[in-house]
Amino acid sequence: MKKWTKESAAPVERKWEEFYRNRFQHEKRVRTTHGVNCTGSCSWEVFVKDGIVTWELQATDYPQLEDGLPPYEPRGCQRGISFSWYLYSPIRVKYPYARGALLDLWREARTAHPDPVEAWKAIMDDPEKRAAFQQARGKGGFRRVRWDEALELIAASVVHTVKAHGPDRVIGFSPIPAMSQVSYAAGSRFLSLLGGVVMSFYDWYCDLPPASPEIWGEQTDVHESADWYNSRFIAVMGANLNMTRTPDAHFISEVRHAGAKLTVFSPDFSQVAKYADYWIPVHAGQDTAYWMAVNHVLLKECYVDRQVPYFSGYLKKFTDTPFLVELPEGGAARPGRYLRANRLADYRDSENGDWKLLVWDATSGRPRMPRGAVGHRWAKEDTGKWNLEMRDAVTGEDLDPELTFAGTHDEIRLLEFDDFAGGGTLKRGVPVRYIQAEGGRVAVTTVFDLLMAQFGVPRGLPGEYPAGYDEDTPYTPAWQEKYTGIHRDTLTRFAREWAENAEKTHGKNLVIIGAGANHWYHNNLLYRSAIVALMLTGSVGVNGGGLAHYVGQEKVANQASWSAVAFAQDWGMAPRQQNTPSFHYVHSDQWRYERGFTAYDSLPGEKKEQAKEHTIDLQVQAVRRGWLPFFPQFNRSSLEVVREAQAGGAASDAEIIRHVVRQLKEGSLGFAVEDPDAPQNWPRVWFIWRGNAIGTSAKGHEYFLRHYLGTHHNAVAPEMAQGCTHEVVYREKAPEGKLDLVVDLNFRMDTSALYSDIVLPAATWYEKDDLNTTDLHSYINPMQAAVAPAWESKSDWEIYKAVAKRVSELAKVHLPRPVRDVIMQPLQHDTPDELAQPIVQDWKTGEAEAAPGRTMPKFRVVTRDYTRLYEQMTGLGREVESKGVSAHGLSIAVADEYRRLAQRQPRKVNGQVLPSLCEAQEVAEVILALDPVSNGELAFRAFEAEEHKTGLSLRDLAEGLRDVRYTFADIVAQPRRQLTTPTWSAVINKGRAYSPFSLNVERGIPWRTLTGRQHFYLDHEGYLAWGEHLPTYKPRADHLMLDESQETFAAVKDGGMNSRLLNLITPHGKWSIHSTYSENNRMMTLSRGGYPVWLNDRDAAELSIADNDWVEVFNDNGVFVQRAIVSARIPQGTVFIYHATERTVGIPKSPLRGRRAGMNNSLTRARLKPVLMSGGYAQFTYAFNYWGPTGVNRDTFVFVRRIEPPEF
Amino acid sequence: MNVRAHMSMLFHLDKCIGCHTCSIACKNLWTDRKGAEYMWWNNVETRPGTGYPTQWENQERFNGGWEWDGKALRLRLHSRLSGLLKLFYNPSLPELDDYYEPFTFRYEDLFNAPAGTDQPTAIPVSQVTGEPMEIKTGPNWDDDLGGSNTYAWNDPAMADVPPAVREQMQELERVVFNYLPRICNHCLNPACVAACPSGAIYKRAEDGVVLVNENKCRAWRMCVAACPYKKAFYNWSTGKSEKCILCFPRLETGQAPACAHSCVGRIRYMGVLLYDADRIPQAAMVPDEQLIEAHRSVILDPFDPEVIASARANGIEDSWIAAAQNSPAYKFVVQWKLALPLHPEYRTMAMMYYIPPLSPVVSVIEEDLYRLDIAPERPGTAADRDFELFNRLDSARLPVQYLANLFSAGNEAVIRPILRKLLAVRIYMRRKTVDGCVDEQTLALLADAGTSVEEAEAIYRLTTVPTTAERFVLPQYHRETAIEAWADPLSRKGEAGFGFVQPPLRGE
Repeated sequence: MKKWTKESAAPVERKWEEFYRNRFQHEKRVRTTHGVNCTGSCSWEVFVKDGIVTWELQATDYPQLEDGLPPYEPRGCQRGISFSWYLYSPIRVKYPYARGALLDLWREARTAHPDPVEAWKAIMDDPEKRAAFQQARGKGGFRRVRWDEALELIAASVVHTVKAHGPDRVIGFSPIPAMSQVSYAAGSRFLSLLGGVVMSFYDWYCDLPPASPEIWGEQTDVHESADWYNSRFIAVMGANLNMTRTPDAHFISEVRHAGAKLTVFSPDFSQVAKYADYWIPVHAGQDTAYWMAVNHVLLKECYVDRQVPYFSGYLKKFTDTPFLVELPEGGAARPGRYLRANRLADYRDSENGDWKLLVWDATSGRPRMPRGAVGHRWAKEDTGKWNLEMRDAVTGEDLDPELTFAGTHDEIRLLEFDDFAGGGTLKRGVPVRYIQAEGGRVAVTTVFDLLMAQFGVPRGLPGEYPAGYDEDTPYTPAWQEKYTGIHRDTLTRFAREWAENAEKTHGKNLVIIGAGANHWYHNNLLYRSAIVALMLTGSVGVNGGGLAHYVGQEKVANQASWSAVAFAQDWGMAPRQQNTPSFHYVHSDQWRYERGFTAYDSLPGEKKEQAKEHTIDLQVQAVRRGWLPFFPQFNRSSLEVVREAQAGGAASDAEIIRHVVRQLKEGSLGFAVEDPDAPQNWPRVWFIWRGNAIGTSAKGHEYFLRHYLGTHHNAVAPEMAQGCTHEVVYREKAPEGKLDLVVDLNFRMDTSALYSDIVLPAATWYEKDDLNTTDLHSYINPMQAAVAPAWESKSDWEIYKAVAKRVSELAKVHLPRPVRDVIMQPLQHDTPDELAQPIVQDWKTGEAEAAPGRTMPKFRVVTRDYTRLYEQMTGLGREVESKGVSAHGLSIAVADEYRRLAQRQPRKVNGQVLPSLCEAQEVAEVILALDPVSNGELAFRAFEAEEHKTGLSLRDLAEGLRDVRYTFADIVAQPRRQLTTPTWSAVINKGRAYSPFSLNVERGIPWRTLTGRQHFYLDHEGYLAWGEHLPTYKPRADHLMLDESQETFAAVKDGGMNSRLLNLITPHGKWSIHSTYSENNRMMTLSRGGYPVWLNDRDAAELSIADNDWVEVFNDNGVFVQRAIVSARIPQGTVFIYHATERTVGIPKSPLRGRRAGMNNSLTRARLKPVLMSGGYAQFTYAFNYWGPTGVNRDTFVFVRRIEPPEF
Repeated sequence: MNVRAHMSMLFHLDKCIGCHTCSIACKNLWTDRKGAEYMWWNNVETRPGTGYPTQWENQERFNGGWEWDGKALRLRLHSRLSGLLKLFYNPSLPELDDYYEPFTFRYEDLFNAPAGTDQPTAIPVSQVTGEPMEIKTGPNWDDDLGGSNTYAWNDPAMADVPPAVREQMQELERVVFNYLPRICNHCLNPACVAACPSGAIYKRAEDGVVLVNENKCRAWRMCVAACPYKKAFYNWSTGKSEKCILCFPRLETGQAPACAHSCVGRIRYMGVLLYDADRIPQAAMVPDEQLIEAHRSVILDPFDPEVIASARANGIEDSWIAAAQNSPAYKFVVQWKLALPLHPEYRTMAMMYYIPPLSPVVSVIEEDLYRLDIAPERPGTAADRDFELFNRLDSARLPVQYLANLFSAGNEAVIRPILRKLLAVRIYMRRKTVDGCVDEQTLALLADAGTSVEEAEAIYRLTTVPTTAERFVLPQYHRETAIEAWADPLSRKGEAGFGFVQPPLRGE
């Protein structure tokens, strides 16, 4: 055997090794990344050989963070590394396509009408023609067309829609700008210049955690993954890190070896569970119950049995626990609102006194007004007091706030606390003091005392408190067992380890949380329960501590400059930003299929008033009150409304707005939302780019097909809303086919493309220049063209430029003169609108005046010159020069940078020299140059602005950064790290890992909330009414109430099918990023060649289903047909379909419904949570992708049955 | 002493996230072509599971590797029938179904479907025949299945796990899975080389890479059958066998193999091991329970002056000796004794190494409630109270016996100290970073685990914070001297790459 260990080949024989060396040769390597909302933002090298992209590998040259942290390299996953397959694959969209049925009509109309707009009008005016091509949607018959022809048709439809219906009937959906900021801005800029509607994504994708705005006044702000390594106790919940944070997961596996302990909460034994120390399979969606009991233990053992100075010190400084809450007079009352400072004689005349709050100062023995509340933030006179210093805002004296009145109380009052699971209320004693206020004596207590009562922590007070952990009363360890399935011993052990770790490490406790938790209907309560455990242990704003929520790549690091470009603020435009959950709930008519929100929400026992209402009614009220946006805004064209006003003599903007308000009051002008099914209120032209709006993200997909597209569908749900609503017009017949035209920009023939009228070939991420950022790391990464856009594809920037150019040309005939447009916007977060509505009133019922910007939406008038749209699109307008950029309510001057850009990349427009935005790379340069994260001088100016608002000394944080200015060439050379700026919340100087709110905790900048602190208590009237003022547990929706399985249940029963109702869970999967990559042959091969349906082995046995059998999954919403995987790792009673399937590849026909089966969203439906519509009130004030109900989908039930191999 | 250098890869299984990025890096680079569609030179298996090709460890079926009867070492493949007969009929060869039939879809139908009454779809078709097909298996079919009684129970390495434990592994109490990435082991005693009738397979002296000479291969496929890891593949298009080449064109240019480079879990390490080629036969012929010790004894101490002198005498450059001294493979395999070869009982002396994984603590179900099998109150002052498994390894979800079946020919006594050492390092680091001090008990615990503060620190560093350069300690190759044997390097400078080397033709 010796001979085998010797070199047996003669050297010359080894010449053949060239075979493999030649394969490895390549001509070029190019740095780029993938733009797919995966949060990776990984730096990749793409290898080009023979002019063809042949493979990709990760770049490994990230600048290192501070010593002791593992490096970021390599970043990239199985999905990213399979991307090169797409470029030349048979699913690549290589040319423009149009649906044949439409194309024939168009060509015929163009023959009859030399003018394209007239031609489009002719088709639209003929209901039969319109229906003919609508019904052909999704049924094949695509034809290749020339770019010219496609652009002309699109531009004609846009111009016709603006003329005939108004610009806000042109809508656009594209998600997640951070993943390719320029490409997003291409469409949003076009739409914003046009007056079209830009639709939100973060809330609709259910990526937005509403608890974040509730508690922190922040959309989302989370740790870069390197900061996980600073933690020493990690709870992972609803986030399968290995699957969904693949490039970051190593920090978890590694920090365990640095001594951290890992607990994984997931109902299934997941990939991340495999290296947990503890795997705790809390029943699906019941994490709230678990954390409520953990909090009970924490409060008992760290605040009653003994005191932990670090914890109580943290609570007093950084949370609302010491603030005073007013208790209404009467028997067993419920807690009320925070006591307002201007209720006391001392502070009666304080500016914004309704918005300043009080603590009980132990030193002076009386209520005092500390700094930092929202009233200080928007002060015009008494400025510089918006900070977290616990000092009297008037005298400057140091305050020592009391957390509790227990022992110093005037009285113990029995208050009511809701027990939503058990039904009814609990009466528990709370210590109160009496305070002399304007109008008499009021009883107050602290938020801390309310918490103690809410969690049922016994302190010797009267009322229904449990005797100990073993008593089954909210919210003891024994109580949670029936919901979570977890033994009380395991829970208390966990809670004690949690507390001990935080005490020893000063808050290095981390909750990593994701879609598995956030997609439940009561996601805000679930998150709040865990955040409470973090706040009680001083774990927020600390490196290695806090809530790390990762669902979606929402962090546009260069947010300040990017938003100026993306929403055409440089041309003084006010964008029409729509919260998409409301939009689809209303416009796709999903509201018609339900009776109202009480089917799935819970209300306090005696609050039956709201129970009569339907979600659509609350939606209408929210729009009317300025809480949420809604487009189209009026039941007439907004251009027409201005023309009427002008005809009536209104000249100035103010007069036009007065005219509008008067008409709204009189009812001669209506909101479109009040009559969404009237043809004049339909959306008409829909642009989809960078996303899968009709597929992946379409909760209620089959209703999209039916009502938006007017084509085939598999829904059988009956309408139920008739008679249940009072704010909307209920039209007998629901419209089918609201949309005139659907245009999709895509590189894949995905579900949205397959159902669109026009498909435009988009460049891939290896074929265009762009910017990409994420919250999972702190670098700015470029996208770069390694090769030219293949075949006839173009980048999004080039496509929208081409559309804009064609629109401008057609406008010369059809919209030749500048027009005035009135834009309706809701009250806005991070503006003084946060002080608009101290109490909730309805101007429509006469409770209050109709006052724009206070009791109702705001209106703005802008001028649009459609003939100059293209010029505006491609040049940076001068409003940026004069007004600067802004974020987080800070204004940052950039005039010098603007002028420098105008010299470096000049574009002459109308005699002025502007910075050019012609090329995507020029747009990227503008974004980099004008933002504080990439321009140190601007970071410095941002801190100066923050100093002015807070009265704090902050500019030292950016003093050393003033010379730093990144260009596109810099980030191409190497990923560059973002700078510390107050447009974000972390101190990241000198390689320190990004941990959210460290800036707040270390430097005293307030959170952007009512108190300026983190909130345990939420006193908006809606929260009080819904019983969510305190952290609480609400049971999961009862499937019998969901109005989505009745018809199917009957069919199952009548058909004698062996089928059962199971909870459908759709976690993010391993072999795709949303729908992208899912049909990629690499991923199909490594998975099961389809979109498998995961079943528990016992459930499967009961349904006679074996591994790889075909199964049908169905309910009233639609049907899904795929093969089963049977596994004991799946919890009983649930069925897993990994999220975001396509219906394009390998989809058979449904035996039950006879048609091609659908996708995972065929089984879902949009359900809005009304309390999340609250607005006009501190942190509860709307901002795009920041606030509003979210597109939840976990509370879905389906039937599953085995079927014989189906037909394709 | 006959010193040679070997490039070895380490897999820290505790860190593996099961993402398969490695597999695709490899496929993109090497097997994305006709005849190679079904090949995964690098694959990742969910274990317990049946793997790829299915049940590859079932040597009753596949007859891979070597047999030792106490006297002689023989290929299992040739021990029953003569090798010559097998040239024309070889029942031990895996068939396509043991791998899977590669498939794709008629994506183009989505563009081309004529207007109809229902939505078009892209149907699955075979990449071999082009015909419509039912997808019944794949290269990672039991992905994440763990507790499945179809797959986990048919894992050959589960065979002797006690039935009660196996039952539990199908329940919440103990359900578990882990990942096993696999490439060619570039063995010291490779069965593929021994089995090749054409003499087409060789092991490179400079780095140990085992290659199939594509010009000499005559498609007998004995390597496919003889490799117990089933890492030699037959390319049905070229009519040649192919296998993992350890990315030698990358190694030769100072880059880690694509699978290792792309490993986003950062589980892989590359380093040089010096070994004594003369000691191989005796190390392959010892009883099962001595295999690991014997295997380690073949690897030489790169700091030993005698070894260094012999290495130089054998033409090993100083840079390679330095790399061997700095080798993460040497540290994990020999110094810290944490890494083991896969299935040493195959006696091929695999040169890729695995650090066995930790797993969560088991649970008990009491009245339908799930309770972790730990004390509700924490045990007093024991330094190991945070990681109780230290003293209760049998409460880990992955049975020690199962790990032993994979990595130590069933010898649990090899596995237990490794798991305890990994836990001891965690305990040490926790005391250090949470309590801010390391007490006597912790020091005693380290000693009990056979380690020290110094070693624990070193293990910690290399496990968690290494940079690319620390994970992949890659010496520079002296290609000029290799080329010099058949061409003038100066003319090679001007000529390299000119002309186009065609893939070897079938039967050539």
